[in-house]
Amino acid sequence: MPELNPEHGILAQDLTAPKKISRRQMLMTLGIALNAVAGVLFAVPVIGYIFGPAKRKEMKKEQAWISLGSLTQFPEGETRLATYRNPFVRPWDGDTGNIPCWVRRISADKLQVFAINCTHLGCPVRWFPQSGLFMCPCHGGAYYADGARASGPPPRGLFQYDFKIKDGQLWINAGHIPTLAQPPSQV
Amino acid sequence: MRLIKILAEWFDHRLKLGQPIKEMMEHPVPRSTASWAYVFGSASLTVMILQFVTGICLAFVYVPTADQAWTSLQVLNHQQTFGWFIRALHGWGSNFMVALVLIHLIQVFLFGAYKYPRELTWIVGIFLLLMTLGMAFTGQVLRFDQDAYWGLGIGASIMGRMPLIGTPLVRLMLGGPIIAGETLSRFTAIHVFIIPGMLIAFVGVHLLMVLKLGVNEWPMPGRIVKRETYLKEYHDLTHKDGVPFVPDAFRKDLVFSGLIILALVACAAFFGPFGPKGQPDPTVVQAVPRPDFFFLWAFAALALLPPQMETILLLAGPVIAIGFLIALPLIFGTGEKSWRRRPVAVLSVLLIVTSLAAFTQLGTYAPWSPVMDAWSSVPIPPKLLAGRSALERQGALVFQSKQCLNCHSLGGEGGQRGPALGAVATRLTGDQLIRQVLQGRGNMPAYGNNLSPAETTALVAFLKSLHPPNQRPAQDASLVSAIPPPHNTANTAEP
Repeated sequence: MPELNPEHGILAQDLTAPKKISRRQMLMTLGIALNAVAGVLFAVPVIGYIFGPAKRKEMKKEQAWISLGSLTQFPEGETRLATYRNPFVRPWDGDTGNIPCWVRRISADKLQVFAINCTHLGCPVRWFPQSGLFMCPCHGGAYYADGARASGPPPRGLFQYDFKIKDGQLWINAGHIPTLAQPPSQV
Repeated sequence: MRLIKILAEWFDHRLKLGQPIKEMMEHPVPRSTASWAYVFGSASLTVMILQFVTGICLAFVYVPTADQAWTSLQVLNHQQTFGWFIRALHGWGSNFMVALVLIHLIQVFLFGAYKYPRELTWIVGIFLLLMTLGMAFTGQVLRFDQDAYWGLGIGASIMGRMPLIGTPLVRLMLGGPIIAGETLSRFTAIHVFIIPGMLIAFVGVHLLMVLKLGVNEWPMPGRIVKRETYLKEYHDLTHKDGVPFVPDAFRKDLVFSGLIILALVACAAFFGPFGPKGQPDPTVVQAVPRPDFFFLWAFAALALLPPQMETILLLAGPVIAIGFLIALPLIFGTGEKSWRRRPVAVLSVLLIVTSLAAFTQLGTYAPWSPVMDAWSSVPIPPKLLAGRSALERQGALVFQSKQCLNCHSLGGEGGQRGPALGAVATRLTGDQLIRQVLQGRGNMPAYGNNLSPAETTALVAFLKSLHPPNQRPAQDASLVSAIPPPHNTANTAEP
């Protein structure tokens, strides 16, 4: 309704306004409300999908007992590299699903199982039997044979897995990457 | 020719883009901006477009799964026609783009371009810098090798230091409990869709603002930016002493972009693609992970930060630095633009560039890392063994086999984690050497549990022999004063 002269425009609006505008307004309000509801319905699953791996419930299930094989592979008084297939993998994980760890057998049933990851920033520590040290290739951290921090930037000793011996097999409780926020055990 | 003209008119009649494009190209810019100092932004854009092209090409062959990614990179390097070259262009393009964006940042900072009314242009630019670095980091992850795997481990360890939400953050980053298939899928989505989409949008806004607000004029000392007068001054500058952007300013952009592309092609052809290094198999623990060039400074900082402040600096440092960069134009939005009158700005740039360069240089040879194979690959120099007693040579054997060389150098070879020991006998006496070896101190681990008395005796005998022939070994001061050295006896009669 262009071209209306101001007088008529005001008059026409005054007479017809309540009904007409309320219908248009209602349609607009309805449109906004519909899209808001649709938006929420759309956003909730998207956010849940992306943040899914960070759900507390999921995270609690991420540790399980897994065998490192026969205890005879680990001679007394030595520290050896062992590997295991992570209990939680996808079919396309390939080699990344194989996780290494260091097994130190002190005596018949006294052991320590260390995570491979340096407690500083997660690089792979390497065992040097001659000097009795674990050394980290990234930022120069070093640990003693019992996992205690020896030098460098690490804030604590090596992470350790809980273990048990069953039917001559060594089992550890593992499943997630060890970090300062979530060590594999309370040791 | 006539046909082209008819076609062009047919399209323009419907698209109506001819006039706006003409206006955009010919918009007046200050004469002083047709300068070689103003070419870095356009060159960054050029390299970004090339990155899109080579990135899409790589997506034709690359397989973003944890078990196949590394193999597909080998196929690209060795079997796919020009695969190695496209990979090289993309890898070098990444380095070029980070470098150009940083130079562009320094230039607009020194020229005061972030001041009124271009504050938002700067802030959007800071986000573009972060996205560029984000692309560089996620791209390094997509080159799924040992470095990528352990680089992700470092990322996860940093996230794990966050109080309260550490573990959920690690999960969010990795997409699961370990670094594996879902991690690579996440980083692929970020590298291929999320950041490039944001880059296009932000570059669009960045360029739109450059057009609407005009290119920052060459700053003159004493020409102060005031909110009340700047817009009029700039209008006068462009209209009284302006030149059309195309061709007057554009010429230099064009030449520089061409040179950059040529340099990029030359680097790619000459040096080839980056990696991939070893397979992303965590059970291969003989890894020496290193980041790409533009993250070496961070690698060095992580090794050298004082441990007690590390977590705070790791988590708060980036927030403060980025926060300051974003707040900069809001705090210093007016005033002097010229670097000649902004000594603090110039010194800040020098300080930051020097620090980053020094850290990067340290990162290239990482003196804080033990050289993991020095004990088995670096022999003790023969001249340090010549003329030594049997005990001292036995000590040299202990020195070699106990991996002392991993952290200490002799004759310039070996690790640099601890001090070089070529002249250690001039600094420490025999007793001090025994104490240091057995108990350790500072960064030196204690070897008391790992050396037999016989080994310790031999090792210290060897260390005591390490002094230049014309320099005496260190001596216990109490013993020295009790028994005066023989050559002083001739002079004692004089006083």
